[in-house]
Amino acid sequence: MTGTRKLSVTGNWKARTLTTALMSFHLILFLSFGAVCVGGTVNLLAQRHPINSALSLIAVMAALAGEYLLLGAEFVAAVQLIVYAGAVMVLFVFVIMLLNAGEEEETKGSRVAILIGVPGTLISSVLMAWVVLRHSGTEAVAIGALPGHPVDIAQLLFHDFLLPFEITSVLILIAIMGAVVLASKPGSAAGKVE
Amino acid sequence: MVPLSYYLLLGGFLFACGVGGFLIKRNIITIFMSIELMLNGVNLSFVAFAAHWHALAGQIFVFFVMVVAAAESAVGLAIIIAVYRTRETLNVDQVNLLKL
Repeated sequence: MTGTRKLSVTGNWKARTLTTALMSFHLILFLSFGAVCVGGTVNLLAQRHPINSALSLIAVMAALAGEYLLLGAEFVAAVQLIVYAGAVMVLFVFVIMLLNAGEEEETKGSRVAILIGVPGTLISSVLMAWVVLRHSGTEAVAIGALPGHPVDIAQLLFHDFLLPFEITSVLILIAIMGAVVLASKPGSAAGKVE
Repeated sequence: MVPLSYYLLLGGFLFACGVGGFLIKRNIITIFMSIELMLNGVNLSFVAFAAHWHALAGQIFVFFVMVVAAAESAVGLAIIIAVYRTRETLNVDQVNLLKL
């Protein structure tokens, strides 16, 4: 009797240590990805050359994909890496290199912008932190909490959200045509489409 | 396990830094990247709320935000190329007319 009780107590204790270890591991992962995010964001603002900003933005997006994985959103993490860190950022780097963008030069406007921008950033971040910490529940988000199975995602995307999904395809088509018309040289054939 | 507020704080920090970069930066491409940063902060809070309330629709909203962001960046970068072709500059202080 005492033996089984002792055994169950040890089992409980073991399970609890395992849960604690898993929780702290999850927290460590969250903090390391979050540190990459924060560092990349600060670096984006601190750098003067746009290519450095673009590379730190890629780091931020890759770290965010890790955060999505921690939340159990595998689909969103994959799309984040492919669409954001891949396609969109390649477009940015391509345009930076195409236009041969150099370092930002100081102008009179940049001093005014810093005078407005730094307090604005501080006020908005402090306000958001205050609201979040004041009204937040203490419930934690568990690892893999969400059944983000591809079947469920597909059910939602191609059944419940079918009309918005189809509309996005039209939106992408319009965006492609707009980009071609806008970026083409005024005298060239594509420019005469209008 | 990580409290929901940690994710919201990270998302809020990303959004605030996006707003700050939008106001501080003078290069039009970096301003555009700040907008992407804001969208990413919002996406993180979408996914965190979806996990918190076990509502998978939050992930679909993130998908739609990404589609719109991709379309927006394609058109926006084309506009930047068009502006650069006529103005020969990327500084927003010198781009003060809507007319190309």
